[in-house]
Amino acid sequence: MTALVEPIAPTAPTAAAVGGTELPRRDQNVLPTPRANLGRLPVEERFVTWGARVAALALAWVIVERILPVHGLAWFLFVAAVANVALLAVGTAVIGSTVAVADRVVQWLVSTAMVVVVAAVGSVVVYVLAKGWPALRHINFYTHDMTGVGANDPLNRGGILHAIVGSLIELTIASLIALPLGVGTAVFMNEIGGRFAKIVRTVVEAMTALPDILAGLFIYTVWIIVLGFPRSGLAAALAITVMMLPIIARASDVVLRVVPGTLREASLALGASRWSTVWNVVLPTARPGLATALILAIARGIGETAPVMITSGNATFLHLNPAGGMMTSLPLFIFTSARSGIDIQIQRGFGTAAVLLALVLILFILARLVARPSSNKPSLSRLLKRVLRLNTLTQSAGYDVVAADPLSEIGPIAPPQERTTAHPVSHYPPAPDEEVP
Amino acid sequence: MTILPLQDPASNARPPATPRRISRKPTGGDAVFANTFRAIGASVLVITGGIGLFLAYQSWPTLRHYGLGFFTTRAWNPDTDTLGIAAVLVGTVQVALIAMVIAFPLAVAAALYITEYAPPRLQSTLVAVVDLMAAIPSIVYGLWGFFLVEPHASDFAVFLQRNFGWLPFFHVGADPNAAVPDMSRYTASAFIAGVVVSMMAMPMACSVIRQVFSQTPMGEKEGALALGATKWGMIRTVVLPFGKGGIIGGTMLALGRALGETMAVLMIISPEFIIKGRILEIGTDTVAALIAAQFGEATGIQLSALLTAGFVLFVITLLVNTLAAVIVNRSRSGAETS
Repeated sequence: MTALVEPIAPTAPTAAAVGGTELPRRDQNVLPTPRANLGRLPVEERFVTWGARVAALALAWVIVERILPVHGLAWFLFVAAVANVALLAVGTAVIGSTVAVADRVVQWLVSTAMVVVVAAVGSVVVYVLAKGWPALRHINFYTHDMTGVGANDPLNRGGILHAIVGSLIELTIASLIALPLGVGTAVFMNEIGGRFAKIVRTVVEAMTALPDILAGLFIYTVWIIVLGFPRSGLAAALAITVMMLPIIARASDVVLRVVPGTLREASLALGASRWSTVWNVVLPTARPGLATALILAIARGIGETAPVMITSGNATFLHLNPAGGMMTSLPLFIFTSARSGIDIQIQRGFGTAAVLLALVLILFILARLVARPSSNKPSLSRLLKRVLRLNTLTQSAGYDVVAADPLSEIGPIAPPQERTTAHPVSHYPPAPDEEVP
Repeated sequence: MTILPLQDPASNARPPATPRRISRKPTGGDAVFANTFRAIGASVLVITGGIGLFLAYQSWPTLRHYGLGFFTTRAWNPDTDTLGIAAVLVGTVQVALIAMVIAFPLAVAAALYITEYAPPRLQSTLVAVVDLMAAIPSIVYGLWGFFLVEPHASDFAVFLQRNFGWLPFFHVGADPNAAVPDMSRYTASAFIAGVVVSMMAMPMACSVIRQVFSQTPMGEKEGALALGATKWGMIRTVVLPFGKGGIIGGTMLALGRALGETMAVLMIISPEFIIKGRILEIGTDTVAALIAAQFGEATGIQLSALLTAGFVLFVITLLVNTLAAVIVNRSRSGAETS
């Protein structure tokens, strides 16, 4: 028995003699070729890349300043870009094939498009901040309203307190209505289900694309013309609600959908009622996602101009009663200021736009921080989650935050998978009219 | 050794147990829960779906009063009671198409850059930038377009007419070669409105296209690269065919947004009720801007006419968006199977 596993003697000549493996012998005189560096382009390609850039700038200067009758930075950049891609193509053709030329040209086109997009966003933000800066410097801009202030009065008089407060009041009312209704609808679509839920889901998804002006027109006609209520902050809040409701419902739907069914089943198996399951298990699990849904809806609602313009008139003074009287909000103040045609007032409008932009930016960052899974590093995001009590149960429960990211909500979402096909053993949620023999 | 308990013979005498009737129908508190939330769902259905029904209901009086001529009349004169949306509808489509001509290549290229070319560190930042672009309120874009873009864009319009004026849609009723061109003819045009609206439509298309691109199966991409394809070869043969549905759907979704855009268009255009192909020339109108500009003076039948115009806009955006959602979802469900 033991003879079979006896180790073969490691003596090489013996093995070769009986027909074993012979290793190729390394030629000691030839140095091994250096391993190709995959992390960066070869020298000649780098030379073509940078050479094309430098040459393009020089060529653009010659063409724009000396040859063509056009002038200005925009033309210089345009000519430089065209020259750059042409030189890049020629240079690559010298050292490579047409396939390589196509590759480099497309890479250039795609990168340039991205630069254009980033520059466009940057120009919006920088331009609004720069034009709004004279107004933003004055403290009274935030603490005064426009009572008794003429449009031509200097910037150290008057402010946008009334617009800030008006926006706050309208958004608070809108959130108070839209959050319970929206989350409730999402709970209905996910936890109760049935044919009716499918209809609701279809209509809600269709309504996220509703042009904002139509929401305003709807509230204007029904609330103000037919029911006879005055134009007021409340009417504006209702119009904003109509805009926010589908956003919250849809984003919450996405979030609730990825709460693992096993969590629900565990809760039900422990004897909890369905309401108790939703309140104590499903909603807490989805809390970060729901917070994101609300923040996104607020960020959308705060900038809604057209519905507010139709439903709430423009007031120049601080007005705290949403039910009666006109109430200005930030976007409405921007619009009326820009339309006034008076320089000082336009500056106020830009200042207000900067405030609005900053608010949107803050809400946006907040939404990102809340939605993303926190890393182990101590960070602002983690601190924020601790403060807001957005606990980490979600990560431990296999809850896929990225799939539930409502930031992807601006596109259409994948149709809901039938739970019975995805998890054949899952009986949750039961169809209401389903009978089990 | 286990000793089994002895069966009590007396228990056998009981009547045979009938199985409990099992029902999934909620009872007691569960029924209250289910019906409460069903009511919430129904109320949201009424609120959101009600808009469409209400607008449709309001178009009856308009059609009775103006007849089908409402769709072919090119005027909005409440004083003479001649209202029609032919010119406005054409203007809406025109502005949206100009916006998409600018937004589409940028959206596809930006999505490609983010998914395929960007260094990993930059990727999430760029995604955030594009999403932020979608979150900026349209009134801010309106300000930006009115005060920053419009002067430059009208200069560009003069240049376009001077050099490409032989194209009928680049023609403007003014002399571009004059020493001082009449700049007022080149402002407030469909072209400038389209440029600004493209800023709002681009991020939407980009975000959908990016998501579809990022779902391209890694194995097929690596397969193309392993066969010796360049990056562009890999994109052309794997990423683009795979993301075709997403590109079409995302673009249509952005088109839906561009069709319904109000404030930016209202700030830039100068209203005019003429069907014209000359996109660089002053004057055009869109349905949304018409509603925003006219609702205040409108009463009775004119308000009803505005609501009808709104209903037409609603139907168009709904159709475009539904089609887009179907296309995107179909392309995504394909992603899951492969």
